[in-house]
Amino acid sequence: MTTLTFIEHNGTRHEVPARSGDSVMQTAINAGIKGILADCGGTCSCATCHGYVDAAWKDRVPAPAANEQDMLQCVLEPRESSRLTCQIKVTPELNGLVIHLPESQI
Amino acid sequence: MDKSSTLVVIGAGHAGSELACGAREAGWPGRIVLIGEEPHLPYHRPPLSKACLAGDTQAPELLIRSAKAYEKAGVQMRLGIAVRAIDRAARTLALSDGSALPYDRLALATGGRARPLPCAQGAAANATNLHYLRTLQDVERLKPDFLAGRRLVVVGGGYIGLEVAASAIQRGLQVTVLESEPRVLARVTAPVMSDFYETMHRTRGVRIRTGTSVQALHLDATGQRVSAVVCADGEAIDADLVVAGIGLLPNTELAEAAGLAVDNGILVDPQARTNDPLIVAAGDCTRFHSALYGRSLRLESVPHALEQARIAAATLGGQARTHDPLPWFWSDQYDLKLKMVGLSAGHDQVVLRGDPGQSAFSAFYLQGRRLLAVDTVNRIPDFMQAKRLVAGRAEVNPEALADASIPLTQAVPIAAV
Repeated sequence: MTTLTFIEHNGTRHEVPARSGDSVMQTAINAGIKGILADCGGTCSCATCHGYVDAAWKDRVPAPAANEQDMLQCVLEPRESSRLTCQIKVTPELNGLVIHLPESQI
Repeated sequence: MDKSSTLVVIGAGHAGSELACGAREAGWPGRIVLIGEEPHLPYHRPPLSKACLAGDTQAPELLIRSAKAYEKAGVQMRLGIAVRAIDRAARTLALSDGSALPYDRLALATGGRARPLPCAQGAAANATNLHYLRTLQDVERLKPDFLAGRRLVVVGGGYIGLEVAASAIQRGLQVTVLESEPRVLARVTAPVMSDFYETMHRTRGVRIRTGTSVQALHLDATGQRVSAVVCADGEAIDADLVVAGIGLLPNTELAEAAGLAVDNGILVDPQARTNDPLIVAAGDCTRFHSALYGRSLRLESVPHALEQARIAAATLGGQARTHDPLPWFWSDQYDLKLKMVGLSAGHDQVVLRGDPGQSAFSAFYLQGRRLLAVDTVNRIPDFMQAKRLVAGRAEVNPEALADASIPLTQAVPIAAV
């Protein structure tokens, strides 16, 4: 089974079971994780599912497509590790993935 | 309010789902019941005219939240149930299954319904190949007719109509769009945008007739299916199926019958409160005063439904949060990502940035120097920057806007100190 870890801005950790094929965003929403919104329903249109990929996973997550890269320029507090979590699909290879959440999405 | 209090949310769409779960998060201590007319858990509506028709998305992936998420939030779902009446004095709801449900606080997230085609009267109203597109049930009903080679007539050249047309052409149907205004998207965009979209659709084989109203529907020999759509000028267009996308009627009847203040939308204040202190409302069904535009608005927009639902939830949790919404919308047709922010009514100038010929451009709507709204096609950075400029009531320099080599941040005149 695949497990993802979400770390809220205040340090609270959540380990969440994830289904292959779901997005990282949907996994967080379904688990009621605070700190990720998903206003456009995962269509890369709102940048409110912003998360930071943990350094240990930097090269293990598929790179963002052009659409997402464009949207990433405009998130609050962008970092090199910024991703829109609706664009990362859960796969068995991502078991253990750690995502840090920003202080705010809006 | 305490553990024995009951919050009932009427309407299990985008706003309802966010409100119910948001209320728990905002500290609602008691029971939360979410009632929905549709038999489904709350699902995303935007894909209905896009991925669902193209055949990409199965029903389960459409859910806004999983069933478990509502369990976790302690939200009790009652699906496939309609509310017949609100008794505000007794604080009780009369449900369609004959039962009565008392409430301590009530939230209305009743959304809207597709406007019926005026000429679909009598037998035509029940034609099995006349479709609207608002619910999952509508899509399920449409799918068997939505086949390659079938002749589709779309009534209405707004976002729904054009998205359906795009999905249909890509599935191999023959498509005609009938729009009563002189151009598609007439009420919401400038002529340059209408021209662009008409061209994009026509080059892909969609037949678009603007300035064309529908006068009647001809039925076949069985009397159960539309065989042709008759235009006001007398032309009859043969059809295997018809999809009408001519607007949304807000579901305000329940509120109105209960004596709440309603005016093409349930009236709410910046904290999402109705004129009953125990009742809040959010989403497509509400009308509110926009400080940004200085007038009352009813917005049909998913982001707005979510934002207003969050405000309503905060109010129910005893927090005095207000929010002045920034209207924004999106529409996906073919590979064209249209993202719009603001409302352009009242503009006196349109400035183009980028190149329509490259299918990547933005249209800025100005009133004097104030930026009212922006439509962007495949120009996401413009869209994101535009949100800030419009929300900030920015005064802009039109020449700098038009010059794509000048960053948008520099198009804003420095305010006098």
